[in-house]
Amino acid sequence: MPALPHGDPAPPNGRLPRANLDAAHGRPFGFYVHVPFCQTRCGYCDFNTYTAAELGSGVSRGSYADTVLQEIRLASEVLGDGDAIGDRIPPVSTIFFGGGTPTLLPAEHLGLIIREIREQFGLAADVEITTEANPETVTPAYFTRLREAGFTRVSIGMQSAVPHVLEVLDRQHSPGRPETAVAEARAAGFEHVNLDLIYGAPYETDADWQTSLDAAIAAQPDHVSAYALIVEEGTALARQVAQGVLPAPDDDVSADRYVMADETLQAAGFSWYEVSNWATSAAARCRHNELYWSDASWWGAGPGAHSHIGGVRWWNVKHPVRYTAMLESARSPAAARETLDEQARFTERIMLGVRMRAGLSVAELPPASQRLVPQLATWGLIEHADTAPDRVVLTQRGRLMADAVVRELLA
Amino acid sequence: MTAQQIPAGHTDPARIRNFCIIAHIDHGKSTLADRMLQATGVVDGRQMRAQYLDRMDIERERGITIKAQSIRMPWTSRETGVEHVLHMIDTPGHVDFTYEVSRSLAACEGAVLLVDAAQGIEAQTLANLYLALENDLQIIPVLNKIDLPAAQPDLYAAELAHIIGCDPDDVLRVSAKTGEGVEDLLDVICRDIPAPVGAADAPPRAMIFDSVYDIYRGVITYIRVIDGHFTPRERIKMMSTGATHELLEIGVISPEPKPTQGLGVGEVGYLITGVKDVRQSRVGDTVTDAAKPAKKSLGGYRDPKPMVYSGLYPLDGSDYPLLRDALDRLQLNDAALVYEPETSAALGFGFRCGFLGLLHLEITRDRLEREFDLDLISTAPNVVYRVVLEDGTERIVTNPSDWPTGMKIAETYEPIVKAMIIAPSEYIGAIMELCQERRGALGGMDYLSPTRVELRYTLPLAEIIFDFFDQLKSRTRGYASLDYELSGEQLSDLVKVDILLQGEPVDAFSAIVHKDKAYAYGTSMTAKLRKLIPRQQFEVPIQAAIGSRVIARENISAMRKDVLAKCYGGDITRKRKLLEKQKEGKKRMKMVGRVEVPQEAFIAALSTGDSAEAVKK
Repeated sequence: MPALPHGDPAPPNGRLPRANLDAAHGRPFGFYVHVPFCQTRCGYCDFNTYTAAELGSGVSRGSYADTVLQEIRLASEVLGDGDAIGDRIPPVSTIFFGGGTPTLLPAEHLGLIIREIREQFGLAADVEITTEANPETVTPAYFTRLREAGFTRVSIGMQSAVPHVLEVLDRQHSPGRPETAVAEARAAGFEHVNLDLIYGAPYETDADWQTSLDAAIAAQPDHVSAYALIVEEGTALARQVAQGVLPAPDDDVSADRYVMADETLQAAGFSWYEVSNWATSAAARCRHNELYWSDASWWGAGPGAHSHIGGVRWWNVKHPVRYTAMLESARSPAAARETLDEQARFTERIMLGVRMRAGLSVAELPPASQRLVPQLATWGLIEHADTAPDRVVLTQRGRLMADAVVRELLA
Repeated sequence: MTAQQIPAGHTDPARIRNFCIIAHIDHGKSTLADRMLQATGVVDGRQMRAQYLDRMDIERERGITIKAQSIRMPWTSRETGVEHVLHMIDTPGHVDFTYEVSRSLAACEGAVLLVDAAQGIEAQTLANLYLALENDLQIIPVLNKIDLPAAQPDLYAAELAHIIGCDPDDVLRVSAKTGEGVEDLLDVICRDIPAPVGAADAPPRAMIFDSVYDIYRGVITYIRVIDGHFTPRERIKMMSTGATHELLEIGVISPEPKPTQGLGVGEVGYLITGVKDVRQSRVGDTVTDAAKPAKKSLGGYRDPKPMVYSGLYPLDGSDYPLLRDALDRLQLNDAALVYEPETSAALGFGFRCGFLGLLHLEITRDRLEREFDLDLISTAPNVVYRVVLEDGTERIVTNPSDWPTGMKIAETYEPIVKAMIIAPSEYIGAIMELCQERRGALGGMDYLSPTRVELRYTLPLAEIIFDFFDQLKSRTRGYASLDYELSGEQLSDLVKVDILLQGEPVDAFSAIVHKDKAYAYGTSMTAKLRKLIPRQQFEVPIQAAIGSRVIARENISAMRKDVLAKCYGGDITRKRKLLEKQKEGKKRMKMVGRVEVPQEAFIAALSTGDSAEAVKK
């Protein structure tokens, strides 16, 4: 993951201003749990994750869950703020385990974390509990244990069905394995299964991408996320591109691939609900991610994890050793925080809202931005929603230009 | 040696020796001057600041002298035992300031020709030597840096002897660094340089060879007295303008200003009248007594004439008043700088500025940025063109946007220069190739020695104000040197090339070029802009056109992707900050029609080196 943002200092006890706690009142609440371990490091990945070799002896996978439990208890103190927690925060509606590779931990350890969240905060009746899974780390038995631990959804990192693309991306699984994993998850009782795909990798062709899309659809997930490969600073991929060993992804090619994905997925019964996400039905959408885009509250536990409560965003220290040490000494692992002012909240509302199928309500835009709507429509970037003409939604071309649209609307 | 035995003011001209040092950059002029100040006791070692005479920071950094100074030094010849007064008159060291150099030379009877014993004579030195010879100056040839391992004193002594027609044994050998030979040189100056001659009883006349503005004292004018005597408090008259001023102070520099009871025949010093603007005290003008003025001026005065024009614009439009004040301030000290307000659709409010040459432009820009803390964009420099229309009327064009359009043009003229290039003979081919590319005409070639050659070319000034000198240096591995002087104008087939973005001409990119180079300019400028201007929401054609005829075209295709693939919990803060930054960036964009052009694109497209690249291809 890239360097943490700059922010204001966070207090050692992690306490939040009462005003922000009040602002979060009644907003949906979720948990993100970061698991910072990977078997190997993929060349394109800039997430906050570490191989056993990189981590050395400072932090063990075996005791990681215990450390997270401490942060969950801290969360309960902070959010309860002396009151009964239920008075301030609704039961948890979503939990998402990301990484790293959460499935490197025993399913029982993930279960302990879920249990602690339930004990501290309670779970909503229709709680969505997702874990990311690398196809090579899971087995039918593991999926069964995930179910037993309470998981309702898995997100499998497929990335590509083409061997030379997987190789460029340093992915360890063999082609075909992700599709099998989907079947195994289904067999274990998972109704919701996502496949993650990456397009625009060096040397990937249009035909390769079509192969990957077709393979993903054939595996019958109910959700697909497709991301353009981004050359992130500080990654092995960035070095290889800088040295000319690998060609840099081309924006026009990425645009073509996005269009291919959108057309192919639509034809297969998926519809987009966010720029990079497609689902077969409203129920198949990832409600946890929708939380991020709709100004809801969540607590991110684990090193480098970000949280948002009522207009305060904060982020934990990045390194697992430091993270563990802080919690061991009964301190909040927060590295810094920022309190959003009106302007920042507005920027975020536009920036996040515009990415979603529901789009933006024209009436909620300031007059100056409203005046730009016809121009953006002329450029073919936005259109009025069929079902709600008072809202504007990105067109397919507009989804590819979402950041430009945001800049126009904010200017 | 104790300093200052002969008081200034009524020095016997027979004891005076006025000289300058002619040398190339880096050949050690300032070091030699420093050493002389030390040897004559004017400055002691403790006060010695390296390169005492070069005062401006920019001069120190570039190792050149822009403003001349003069220093009075006492020296008792060890040959004759006679005490002398030496006036060392510094000369500006660059081709843009040829006129100033000529005035400095005109204030002297002799010149030390200083040449690096490891490099030999350079074009500019040779050009100044010719100027000195035209002024009948006694030349004392000196090889410097004889302490260097790479020195070849015999070789270059022979070269110097060949050029000035003396015996190689007459060439002095010094090391300004160690001081070796410097006292001998001072003796030779006393021996060989003629004493000044003037009419002591005639109405006073003095020539101005430099004037500088000082914030405390006003303008300090450096003069050489030819005839008569000047005394403090009298009224003096500038003969070119007829303006009179009270002489508040007169004195000599040794090495700090020292007021005296006057200055007489042959003496060199300064005067202060309280004027605040160097344009009232012009280099080359004759000063006389207002009460009993001389009948004739000394002659040789010339109004400074800008040869190169460029638009200067503040990066931040709100700095425009600051830029105006800064130019006003600089002009106090720079009679050659001219400017007038100009508006560019692309760059906003700025000034059209005229300069003596490219160095003058660079120095001025440097000073504006450094001393006044301004960030500037300068448009590609252009020369002054003369356009004759078919109806017989004539236009002087100092700005491409003033080029007549929609009118029948009969003839176009551009300024030319006579250039002198000196280089090792192995580079003749490379130099000729470069000069041909730049529309040069070879006038002649001479061998200065078996391995060094002097080439004389006539070149359009417009061709050398781009990167000609850089190119010359790179194609001769740094060995060539260049000097040039203006030499009138020539009839040329010139056209104006406009650059259009989405059909809108961008005034800042218009250029006057020779017809044969219009296509090259057009293709390279459009190609460069295609790389520099980011893709927009719509397709943007970039065209180069002569009038309504398009000669080159590039296309910036519409941007198709501008979205971050992932925007999850941990990405939001970073992404918002990025957007806020981009929003600020958008504010700094200049709008050309509907096209957003980043300021950086203007700067990059207008940078001199690249423009030259453009013309070269």
